[in-house]
Amino acid sequence: MIDSLDKKIIRRLQEDISITATPYKEISDELNMTEDELIHKMKTYNETGILKRIGAILYHRKAGFNANAMVVWKIDKEKLDDTGKYMASFLEVSHCYERQPCGSWDYNLYTMIHQRDRESCNKIIENIASAIGTENYKVLYSIKELKKTSMKYFK
Amino acid sequence: MDTIDKKLLNLMQNEIPIDKRPFKILSEKLLITENEVLKRVNKLKSEGIIRRIGGIFNSRKIGYTSTLCAAKVPVNKINEVAACINEYCEVTHNYLREDEYNMWFTVITHSQESLNDIIKEIKEKTALSEIMSLPSIKLFKVKVALNFQGDDKND
Repeated sequence: MIDSLDKKIIRRLQEDISITATPYKEISDELNMTEDELIHKMKTYNETGILKRIGAILYHRKAGFNANAMVVWKIDKEKLDDTGKYMASFLEVSHCYERQPCGSWDYNLYTMIHQRDRESCNKIIENIASAIGTENYKVLYSIKELKKTSMKYFK
Repeated sequence: MDTIDKKLLNLMQNEIPIDKRPFKILSEKLLITENEVLKRVNKLKSEGIIRRIGGIFNSRKIGYTSTLCAAKVPVNKINEVAACINEYCEVTHNYLREDEYNMWFTVITHSQESLNDIIKEIKEKTALSEIMSLPSIKLFKVKVALNFQGDDKND
């Protein structure tokens, strides 16, 4: 169960951590707990899967990754599991999800590919498509980021 | 951005250690000093390449529910509709994509009921006849890392 102290910690960790030698010490001071207590809590969250990781999130375009393709695939139900795992094995595929189809939109597998330009994206997509032997897919390039934030839980 | 920056970004996207001296651990992997890591990270943050350094949580494990929505928005209404959708703090990502379904956004909330309410409300406010909700069924991969070095074993 997530108690009120956990919520307090999670709320703080979804903000920025300082770029200093002892960032968690600063947070534990703010939260009136010891650094050891905080680190222990964080490790527990990590082990239970609540906290995926402490990490850096980048501005893709500023980092030079200008092409962002969401590829939606129509895959036979019985092949879906193997195909999903196979697609996930590509280094260039950052996200791979099975999603519920919706009416005539009957795509069921979604992959995200980030590359420096569309040409390299297209090459990767063609490789994947020919490897699984399908033409039932559509590439949706992003034209504009309208919003990107991190979720603020327990606000 | 030099090779060390790229290696650093690869490491930091994947994991910043939960340890009293997280940047010291990263510095040892890169064979540079902790101070140099801090200097580089601060620079990458102020240049806007790093958006945020902090906790990345698993929304499901925290007890939240989410979906990916897609809407067909007429070109002359894009700004207006985006402003309406982006106003919700439960909408964390929103992208304009090249497709008939051109607006793609994620909704994360604490319950299925509130998720349905938000989508219903957005439909009413924007007067869009159709918004698809495409919840994920199975996750095959989430690896947000932009790969700066294809052959980096640490990636």
